[in-house]
Amino acid sequence: MDWQMLTLVGEDQPGIVAQLTDALYQGGFNLGETSMIRLGGNFTIMMMVGGAGTAETLLPLIEPVARQLNLQMHLDPIHGALHQHRVPNFQVRVNGADQAGIVARVTGALAGCGFNILDLESDVVGSAQQPVYIMTIQGYSDATLEVLEAALDPLKAQDIDVHVTPVETLIG
Amino acid sequence: MAILEILKLPDPRLKEVALEVEQFDDELHGFIDDLEETRQNGPAAVGIAATQVGRLQRIVIIDCSNTRKPVPNHGRLVLVNPEITEWDGFELGREGCLSVPDYTGNVIRAERIKLKAQDADGGELSFEMEGYEARAVQHEVDHLDGILFVDRLVSRRTDLFQRKVYRKGGKGKA
Repeated sequence: MDWQMLTLVGEDQPGIVAQLTDALYQGGFNLGETSMIRLGGNFTIMMMVGGAGTAETLLPLIEPVARQLNLQMHLDPIHGALHQHRVPNFQVRVNGADQAGIVARVTGALAGCGFNILDLESDVVGSAQQPVYIMTIQGYSDATLEVLEAALDPLKAQDIDVHVTPVETLIG
Repeated sequence: MAILEILKLPDPRLKEVALEVEQFDDELHGFIDDLEETRQNGPAAVGIAATQVGRLQRIVIIDCSNTRKPVPNHGRLVLVNPEITEWDGFELGREGCLSVPDYTGNVIRAERIKLKAQDADGGELSFEMEGYEARAVQHEVDHLDGILFVDRLVSRRTDLFQRKVYRKGGKGKA
Protein backbone atom coordinates (compact mmCIF):
# COMPACT_ATOMS: atom_id res chain seq x y z
CA MET A 1 0.00 0.00 0.00
CA ASP A 2 1.18 3.53 -0.74
CA TRP A 3 1.08 5.80 2.28
CA GLN A 4 0.85 9.53 2.62
CA MET A 5 1.74 11.55 5.70
CA LEU A 6 -1.03 13.93 6.65
CA THR A 7 -0.03 16.68 9.08
CA LEU A 8 -2.55 18.98 10.75
CA VAL A 9 -2.03 21.62 13.41
CA GLY A 10 -4.39 24.11 14.99
CA GLU A 11 -5.92 25.46 18.15
CA ASP A 12 -7.24 22.59 20.21
CA GLN A 13 -10.97 22.01 20.43
CA PRO A 14 -13.20 18.98 20.98
CA GLY A 15 -14.05 16.92 17.90
CA ILE A 16 -10.97 17.46 15.73
CA VAL A 17 -10.01 13.79 15.52
CA ALA A 18 -13.58 12.58 15.12
CA GLN A 19 -14.37 14.93 12.24
CA LEU A 20 -11.10 14.33 10.37
CA THR A 21 -11.10 10.58 10.69
CA ASP A 22 -14.76 10.36 9.75
CA ALA A 23 -14.04 12.25 6.53
CA LEU A 24 -11.16 9.88 5.77
CA TYR A 25 -13.26 6.82 6.58
CA GLN A 26 -16.18 8.02 4.43
CA GLY A 27 -13.70 8.59 1.61
CA GLY A 28 -12.36 5.05 1.78
CA PHE A 29 -9.00 5.83 3.38
CA ASN A 30 -7.30 3.84 6.14
CA LEU A 31 -5.14 5.06 8.99
CA GLY A 32 -1.78 3.50 9.75
CA GLU A 33 0.40 4.68 12.62
CA THR A 34 -0.45 8.08 14.02
CA SER A 35 0.79 10.55 16.56
CA MET A 36 -1.67 13.06 17.99
CA ILE A 37 -0.83 15.26 20.92
CA ARG A 38 -1.58 18.66 22.38
CA LEU A 39 1.39 21.03 22.30
CA GLY A 40 1.08 24.50 23.76
CA GLY A 41 -2.67 24.59 23.36
CA ASN A 42 -2.50 23.38 19.76
CA PHE A 43 -3.58 19.96 18.69
CA THR A 44 -0.98 18.35 16.43
CA ILE A 45 -1.64 15.38 14.21
CA MET A 46 0.65 13.31 12.05
CA MET A 47 -0.91 10.27 10.51
CA MET A 48 -0.13 7.68 7.90
CA VAL A 49 -3.07 7.59 5.52
CA GLY A 50 -3.48 4.88 2.93
CA GLY A 51 -6.22 3.42 0.82
CA ALA A 52 -7.54 3.24 -2.66
CA GLY A 53 -7.50 6.99 -3.16
CA THR A 54 -4.72 9.37 -4.10
CA ALA A 55 -3.59 12.80 -2.92
CA GLU A 56 -5.98 14.23 -5.50
CA THR A 57 -8.94 12.50 -3.89
CA LEU A 58 -7.73 12.96 -0.32
CA LEU A 59 -7.28 16.73 -0.38
CA PRO A 60 -10.87 17.61 -1.35
CA LEU A 61 -12.06 15.40 1.51
CA ILE A 62 -9.91 16.95 4.19
CA GLU A 63 -9.61 20.57 3.13
CA PRO A 64 -13.19 21.59 4.02
CA VAL A 65 -12.91 19.92 7.44
CA ALA A 66 -9.51 21.49 8.11
CA ARG A 67 -10.83 24.90 7.08
CA GLN A 68 -13.85 24.57 9.33
CA LEU A 69 -11.65 23.55 12.28
CA ASN A 70 -9.07 26.21 11.45
CA LEU A 71 -6.26 23.67 11.03
CA GLN A 72 -3.13 24.08 8.95
CA MET A 73 -2.58 21.10 6.76
CA HIS A 74 0.23 19.41 4.89
CA LEU A 75 0.28 16.24 2.80
CA ASP A 76 3.33 14.33 1.57
CA PRO A 77 3.75 10.97 -0.11
CA ILE A 78 6.10 8.81 1.96
CA HIS A 79 8.14 5.70 1.58
CA GLY A 80 7.06 3.62 4.50
CA ALA A 81 5.18 0.63 5.73
CA LEU A 82 3.57 -0.76 8.83
CA HIS A 83 5.32 -3.30 11.06
CA GLN A 84 8.64 -1.45 11.04
CA HIS A 85 8.78 -1.08 14.81
CA ARG A 86 12.10 -1.03 16.52
CA VAL A 87 12.26 -1.85 20.22
CA PRO A 88 14.23 0.66 22.28
CA ASN A 89 17.06 -0.61 24.45
CA PHE A 90 17.86 2.64 26.26
CA GLN A 91 15.93 5.43 27.93
CA VAL A 92 17.42 8.83 28.59
CA ARG A 93 15.85 11.18 31.12
CA VAL A 94 16.70 14.82 31.44
CA ASN A 95 15.37 17.33 33.92
CA GLY A 96 16.46 20.58 35.39
CA ALA A 97 16.29 24.33 35.07
CA ASP A 98 15.45 25.25 31.51
CA GLN A 99 18.44 26.54 29.55
CA ALA A 100 19.25 27.09 25.90
CA GLY A 101 20.53 24.14 23.94
CA ILE A 102 19.60 21.25 26.26
CA VAL A 103 18.06 19.15 23.50
CA ALA A 104 20.85 19.90 21.05
CA ARG A 105 23.57 19.00 23.52
CA VAL A 106 21.95 15.81 24.80
CA THR A 107 20.94 14.51 21.40
CA GLY A 108 24.28 15.56 19.92
CA ALA A 109 26.11 13.45 22.49
CA LEU A 110 23.78 10.53 21.77
CA ALA A 111 24.12 10.86 18.01
CA GLY A 112 27.87 10.64 18.43
CA CYS A 113 27.29 7.13 19.85
CA GLY A 114 25.10 6.07 16.94
CA PHE A 115 22.01 6.39 19.15
CA ASN A 116 18.80 6.24 17.10
CA ILE A 117 15.98 8.22 18.75
CA LEU A 118 12.69 6.36 18.42
CA ASP A 119 10.57 8.55 20.66
CA LEU A 120 11.30 11.89 22.28
CA GLU A 121 8.93 13.90 24.39
CA SER A 122 9.79 17.08 26.17
CA ASP A 123 7.95 19.66 28.15
CA VAL A 124 8.57 22.93 29.94
CA VAL A 125 6.91 22.84 33.32
CA GLY A 126 7.30 24.63 36.65
CA SER A 127 6.44 28.32 36.47
CA ALA A 128 7.18 31.20 34.13
CA GLN A 129 9.67 32.49 36.71
CA GLN A 130 11.35 29.12 37.23
CA PRO A 131 10.82 27.01 34.13
CA VAL A 132 11.89 23.38 34.38
CA TYR A 133 12.72 21.30 31.35
CA ILE A 134 11.79 17.63 31.31
CA MET A 135 12.65 15.28 28.48
CA THR A 136 12.49 11.53 28.02
CA ILE A 137 14.03 9.79 25.05
CA GLN A 138 13.63 6.18 24.10
CA GLY A 139 15.99 4.84 21.51
CA TYR A 140 18.22 2.15 20.21
CA SER A 141 21.99 2.00 20.27
CA ASP A 142 24.55 -0.75 19.84
CA ALA A 143 26.82 1.19 22.21
CA THR A 144 27.15 -0.05 25.78
CA LEU A 145 25.64 1.74 28.77
CA GLU A 146 29.15 2.80 29.82
CA VAL A 147 29.86 4.40 26.44
CA LEU A 148 26.57 6.34 26.54
CA GLU A 149 27.19 7.44 30.12
CA ALA A 150 30.67 8.62 29.23
CA ALA A 151 29.28 10.61 26.31
CA LEU A 152 26.62 12.27 28.49
CA ASP A 153 28.80 12.85 31.55
CA PRO A 154 30.33 16.15 30.34
CA LEU A 155 26.80 17.60 30.22
CA LYS A 156 26.44 17.19 33.96
CA ALA A 157 29.20 19.76 34.40
CA GLN A 158 26.95 22.10 32.37
CA ASP A 159 24.15 21.68 34.93
CA ILE A 160 22.15 19.27 32.77
CA ASP A 161 20.80 16.44 34.91
CA VAL A 162 20.83 13.54 32.48
CA HIS A 163 20.51 9.82 33.18
CA VAL A 164 20.58 6.89 30.81
CA THR A 165 19.14 3.51 31.76
CA PRO A 166 18.86 0.28 29.80
CA VAL A 167 15.37 -0.80 28.79
CA GLU A 168 14.85 -4.53 29.09
CA THR A 169 11.62 -5.27 27.26
CA LEU A 170 9.78 -8.16 28.85
CA ILE A 171 8.26 -10.60 26.39
CA GLY A 172 5.73 -12.90 28.00
CA MET B 1 7.10 -32.90 23.07
CA ALA B 2 5.45 -30.53 20.68
CA ILE B 3 5.46 -26.87 19.79
CA LEU B 4 1.97 -25.51 20.34
CA GLU B 5 0.26 -22.78 18.38
CA ILE B 6 0.38 -19.38 20.09
CA LEU B 7 -2.97 -17.60 20.09
CA LYS B 8 -2.77 -14.06 18.83
CA LEU B 9 -4.89 -11.00 19.53
CA PRO B 10 -7.85 -10.74 18.78
CA ASP B 11 -8.46 -14.43 19.55
CA PRO B 12 -11.33 -14.32 22.08
CA ARG B 13 -9.83 -17.16 24.11
CA LEU B 14 -7.15 -14.74 25.29
CA LYS B 15 -9.89 -12.84 27.13
CA GLU B 16 -11.18 -15.88 29.04
CA VAL B 17 -10.55 -16.51 32.73
CA ALA B 18 -8.66 -19.79 33.15
CA LEU B 19 -9.76 -22.53 35.54
CA GLU B 20 -7.88 -24.01 38.48
CA VAL B 21 -5.82 -27.14 37.82
CA GLU B 22 -7.14 -30.08 39.83
CA GLN B 23 -5.44 -33.09 38.24
CA PHE B 24 -1.67 -33.28 38.69
CA ASP B 25 -1.00 -36.22 36.38
CA ASP B 26 1.16 -37.34 33.46
CA GLU B 27 -1.06 -35.51 31.01
CA LEU B 28 -0.37 -32.25 32.89
CA HIS B 29 3.36 -32.97 32.91
CA GLY B 30 3.31 -33.60 29.16
CA PHE B 31 1.48 -30.34 28.56
CA ILE B 32 3.97 -28.41 30.70
CA ASP B 33 6.83 -29.88 28.64
CA ASP B 34 5.09 -28.74 25.46
CA LEU B 35 4.44 -25.29 26.93
CA GLU B 36 8.12 -24.89 27.81
CA GLU B 37 9.20 -26.03 24.36
CA THR B 38 6.77 -23.52 22.86
CA ARG B 39 8.17 -20.72 25.07
CA GLN B 40 11.70 -21.49 23.94
CA ASN B 41 10.74 -21.76 20.30
CA GLY B 42 9.72 -18.14 19.74
CA PRO B 43 11.31 -14.79 20.40
CA ALA B 44 13.13 -14.66 23.73
CA ALA B 45 10.11 -14.92 26.01
CA VAL B 46 10.71 -14.93 29.76
CA GLY B 47 7.28 -16.36 30.37
CA ILE B 48 4.31 -18.12 28.88
CA ALA B 49 0.80 -18.90 30.12
CA ALA B 50 -1.34 -21.90 29.21
CA THR B 51 -4.02 -19.48 28.00
CA GLN B 52 -1.66 -18.39 25.22
CA VAL B 53 -1.82 -21.85 23.67
CA GLY B 54 -5.57 -22.18 24.17
CA ARG B 55 -5.57 -24.31 27.30
CA LEU B 56 -7.69 -22.38 29.78
CA GLN B 57 -6.05 -23.64 32.94
CA ARG B 58 -4.02 -21.74 35.52
CA ILE B 59 -0.51 -22.76 34.49
CA VAL B 60 2.43 -20.48 33.72
CA ILE B 61 6.15 -20.86 33.21
CA ILE B 62 8.63 -18.07 33.85
CA ASP B 63 12.39 -17.95 33.57
CA CYS B 64 14.26 -14.69 34.19
CA SER B 65 17.67 -16.35 34.54
CA ASN B 66 18.82 -15.40 31.07
CA THR B 67 18.23 -11.65 30.69
CA ARG B 68 20.71 -9.37 28.94
CA LYS B 69 21.51 -7.73 32.26
CA PRO B 70 21.21 -10.23 35.15
CA VAL B 71 18.26 -9.63 37.48
CA PRO B 72 17.24 -11.22 40.79
CA ASN B 73 15.40 -14.42 39.92
CA HIS B 74 14.42 -17.88 41.10
CA GLY B 75 15.40 -19.71 37.92
CA ARG B 76 12.88 -21.51 35.74
CA LEU B 77 9.57 -21.86 37.54
CA VAL B 78 6.49 -23.87 36.66
CA LEU B 79 3.65 -22.22 38.54
CA VAL B 80 0.34 -24.02 38.75
CA ASN B 81 -2.63 -22.17 40.23
CA PRO B 82 -0.46 -19.12 40.98
CA GLU B 83 -1.94 -16.47 43.21
CA ILE B 84 -0.37 -13.12 43.95
CA THR B 85 -1.11 -12.40 47.59
CA GLU B 86 0.69 -9.11 48.16
CA TRP B 87 1.74 -6.17 46.01
CA ASP B 88 4.14 -3.43 47.00
CA GLY B 89 5.36 -0.35 45.15
CA PHE B 90 4.98 0.22 41.44
CA GLU B 91 7.18 0.93 38.49
CA LEU B 92 6.91 1.49 34.78
CA GLY B 93 8.47 -1.02 32.41
CA ARG B 94 8.31 -1.98 28.77
CA GLU B 95 6.52 -5.16 27.78
CA GLY B 96 5.70 -7.16 24.72
CA CYS B 97 3.84 -10.42 24.30
CA LEU B 98 3.98 -13.54 22.16
CA SER B 99 0.23 -13.06 21.65
CA VAL B 100 0.60 -9.43 20.49
CA PRO B 101 3.30 -9.51 17.81
CA ASP B 102 5.02 -6.35 16.60
CA TYR B 103 4.09 -4.18 19.56
CA THR B 104 5.68 -3.13 22.83
CA GLY B 105 4.48 -0.58 25.35
CA ASN B 106 4.83 0.73 28.86
CA VAL B 107 2.91 -0.87 31.70
CA ILE B 108 2.80 -0.16 35.44
CA ARG B 109 3.40 -3.21 37.63
CA ALA B 110 3.98 -3.76 41.30
CA GLU B 111 7.67 -3.65 42.17
CA ARG B 112 7.54 -6.48 44.69
CA ILE B 113 5.05 -9.30 45.10
CA LYS B 114 4.40 -12.31 47.25
CA LEU B 115 3.21 -15.34 45.39
CA LYS B 116 1.63 -18.68 46.25
CA ALA B 117 1.46 -21.48 43.71
CA GLN B 118 1.72 -25.21 43.27
CA ASP B 119 4.37 -27.11 41.40
CA ALA B 120 3.67 -29.61 38.63
CA ASP B 121 2.97 -32.31 41.23
CA GLY B 122 0.68 -30.19 43.38
CA GLY B 123 3.28 -29.29 46.01
CA GLU B 124 2.91 -25.92 47.71
CA LEU B 125 5.27 -23.11 46.65
CA SER B 126 5.70 -19.58 47.89
CA PHE B 127 7.98 -16.82 46.69
CA GLU B 128 8.87 -13.24 47.30
CA MET B 129 9.86 -11.57 44.04
CA GLU B 130 10.99 -8.17 42.89
CA GLY B 131 11.56 -6.16 39.76
CA TYR B 132 11.71 -7.91 36.44
CA GLU B 133 10.77 -11.34 37.74
CA ALA B 134 7.80 -9.88 39.65
CA ARG B 135 6.78 -8.13 36.43
CA ALA B 136 6.98 -11.39 34.47
CA VAL B 137 4.72 -13.15 36.98
CA GLN B 138 2.18 -10.32 36.90
CA HIS B 139 2.17 -10.39 33.10
CA GLU B 140 1.58 -14.16 33.03
CA VAL B 141 -1.00 -14.25 35.83
CA ASP B 142 -2.87 -11.54 33.93
CA HIS B 143 -3.13 -13.96 31.00
CA LEU B 144 -4.89 -16.42 33.31
CA ASP B 145 -7.40 -13.70 34.10
CA GLY B 146 -7.94 -12.85 30.43
CA ILE B 147 -5.96 -9.63 30.62
CA LEU B 148 -3.30 -8.65 28.09
CA PHE B 149 -0.59 -6.05 28.65
CA VAL B 150 -2.33 -3.89 26.04
CA ASP B 151 -5.24 -3.68 28.51
CA ARG B 152 -2.87 -1.99 30.97
CA LEU B 153 -0.93 0.32 28.64
CA VAL B 154 0.14 3.66 29.98
CA SER B 155 0.09 6.42 27.41
CA ARG B 156 2.69 9.07 26.93
CA ARG B 157 2.50 11.71 29.63
CA THR B 158 0.27 9.63 31.82
CA ASP B 159 0.73 10.52 35.43
CA LEU B 160 2.02 7.44 37.22
CA PHE B 161 -0.29 8.17 40.11
CA GLN B 162 -3.49 8.45 38.14
CA ARG B 163 -4.22 4.76 37.80
CA LYS B 164 -5.01 2.16 40.34
CA VAL B 165 -4.58 -1.01 38.37
CA TYR B 166 -4.24 -3.73 40.95
CA ARG B 167 -6.76 -5.37 43.15
CA LYS B 168 -6.16 -8.05 45.72
CA GLY B 169 -6.84 -11.47 44.27
CA GLY B 170 -6.12 -10.42 40.70
CA LYS B 171 -9.26 -12.13 39.47
CA GLY B 172 -10.54 -9.44 37.19
CA LYS B 173 -10.05 -6.08 35.67
CA ALA B 174 -9.60 -3.28 38.14
